Amino acid sequence: MITMKNVCKSYKVARRNAGLKQACKSLFHREYETIHALSDVSFTIGDGEMVGYIGPNGAGKSSTIKILSGILTPDSGTCDVNGRVPWKNRMQHVKNIGVVFGQKSQLWWDVPVIDSFELLRDIYSIPEELYHTNLEELQELLDLKQLLRTPTRQLSLGQRMRCEIAASLLHSPDLLFLDEPTIGLDAVSKLAVREFILKRNETHKTTVILTTHDMQDIEALTKRIILIGKGQILLDGSLGDIKEGNATIDETVAQLYRSYNI
Amino acid sequence: MKKYLSFFRIRFLMGVQYRAAALAGVVTQFVWGGMEILIFKAFYEANAEAFPMTFQATTSYIWLQQAFLAFFMAWMMESEIFDSIVNGNIAYELCRPVRIYSMWFARSVANRLSKGVLRCFPILIFAAFLPAPYGMAAPESISSFLWFLLTMVLGLLVTVSFCMLIYVLTFFTISPQGLRIFFVSMVEFFAGSVIPLPFFPDKIRTIMELLPFAAMQNVPLRIYSGDLAGTYLIKPIVLQVIWLILLTVFGYFLCRYAEKRVSLQGG
Repeated sequence: MITMKNVCKSYKVARRNAGLKQACKSLFHREYETIHALSDVSFTIGDGEMVGYIGPNGAGKSSTIKILSGILTPDSGTCDVNGRVPWKNRMQHVKNIGVVFGQKSQLWWDVPVIDSFELLRDIYSIPEELYHTNLEELQELLDLKQLLRTPTRQLSLGQRMRCEIAASLLHSPDLLFLDEPTIGLDAVSKLAVREFILKRNETHKTTVILTTHDMQDIEALTKRIILIGKGQILLDGSLGDIKEGNATIDETVAQLYRSYNI
Repeated sequence: MKKYLSFFRIRFLMGVQYRAAALAGVVTQFVWGGMEILIFKAFYEANAEAFPMTFQATTSYIWLQQAFLAFFMAWMMESEIFDSIVNGNIAYELCRPVRIYSMWFARSVANRLSKGVLRCFPILIFAAFLPAPYGMAAPESISSFLWFLLTMVLGLLVTVSFCMLIYVLTFFTISPQGLRIFFVSMVEFFAGSVIPLPFFPDKIRTIMELLPFAAMQNVPLRIYSGDLAGTYLIKPIVLQVIWLILLTVFGYFLCRYAEKRVSLQGG
């Protein structure tokens, strides 16, 4: 169970105009602007739910994920994930969550994938038996057999992403954050990843929070969507509610963005 | 504890697989060491009495320094750690039940050890076979050799804990460039990697020997060459332990503080 209540987070960004003169000026005096990444964000997500968290670039999606995973401390507001405040006790909290950042990598670049997995086994102190059953299962479902002995740097993006997802699930977390997991993937890999996430949610009752710009991901995976724009929750409901007639999901969402002027 | 040992293991294994880099390092260090010795030879020929260490002690110092360069050189830092802060990849590391400081510490020690182990033997063997004042002399005694090993471990740990401060400070400055240049050149000079510390004027030297930089390569290299022995050993070793504790404790808490207040780079 996840509850976020009135969470706010702002960043300070140094701004200046183009040009040498402005650059020199900013050596002595910087103008800062406060960006409200999140203002008054509240929602509740139940156990075993799959939720699509959508919004345009810079809307505050990643900030939310970072707060929920204990990396970022909000300025104000409360947050409760299975009875814990994420940023208060990071070490305890992160034992039970898995995170995939589609734009970053958690595998060690120069060594075979299996070495990274074994490091994760030690980091999470996963019991040997559980590690083997989990690895077996993930290998099967994500088709990793051939990949585990290959150094990460020689994997294609799709292959790597499958390994990244497996790496985040080795310690059987009950909560999984997916931050753009299908970014840059070809059709086959995308379908494989989606199918896997669906299965995982069904069999393990893993709560999944998914942020993405790929609306097919949302359509395939989630019943509920939360729309965020300019740091505020604009809509929290099911896809069916917002879809009009025969419009495709992309049209629907674009229409939605336009209507909220974000 | 086991998790940090695993970090150590994976970094060590990774480090020993770069054979070409190690070979290039060995060649560079041969040439560099040879050049330094030739320069010192010219000085000693002018007036050997004017120097605080014998020529033989100086050459041993230089060859050991070249052999174990990877243990003590501040510039051998891990760009991957800097990158992870600059581009935000550290998000992943923060999502794990590990202490960032302990993890990076284990990593850095492994990195330096793996590089050092790969490179030291060719240099040591070669230097041992060079003719007398130009080569490396055998250690003064068994006990001084054991003290040398102990202080080398301490020196390596002090170097790593100092570099850890630079990593942690990068959390605050975002770009590591300035910090690196400033601290690295300071370490080079004050640690005795350009000129051994005994060569400095007495007044400056007494201050320099108290600084953390003197607790790095200065102690083990001088013990081996017989410059430090007997009761003169106590003070530098005690200082090594004190600096190691101070630097790690300070770095650890600074890192905890940084983790809480940093904003992460990149989307």
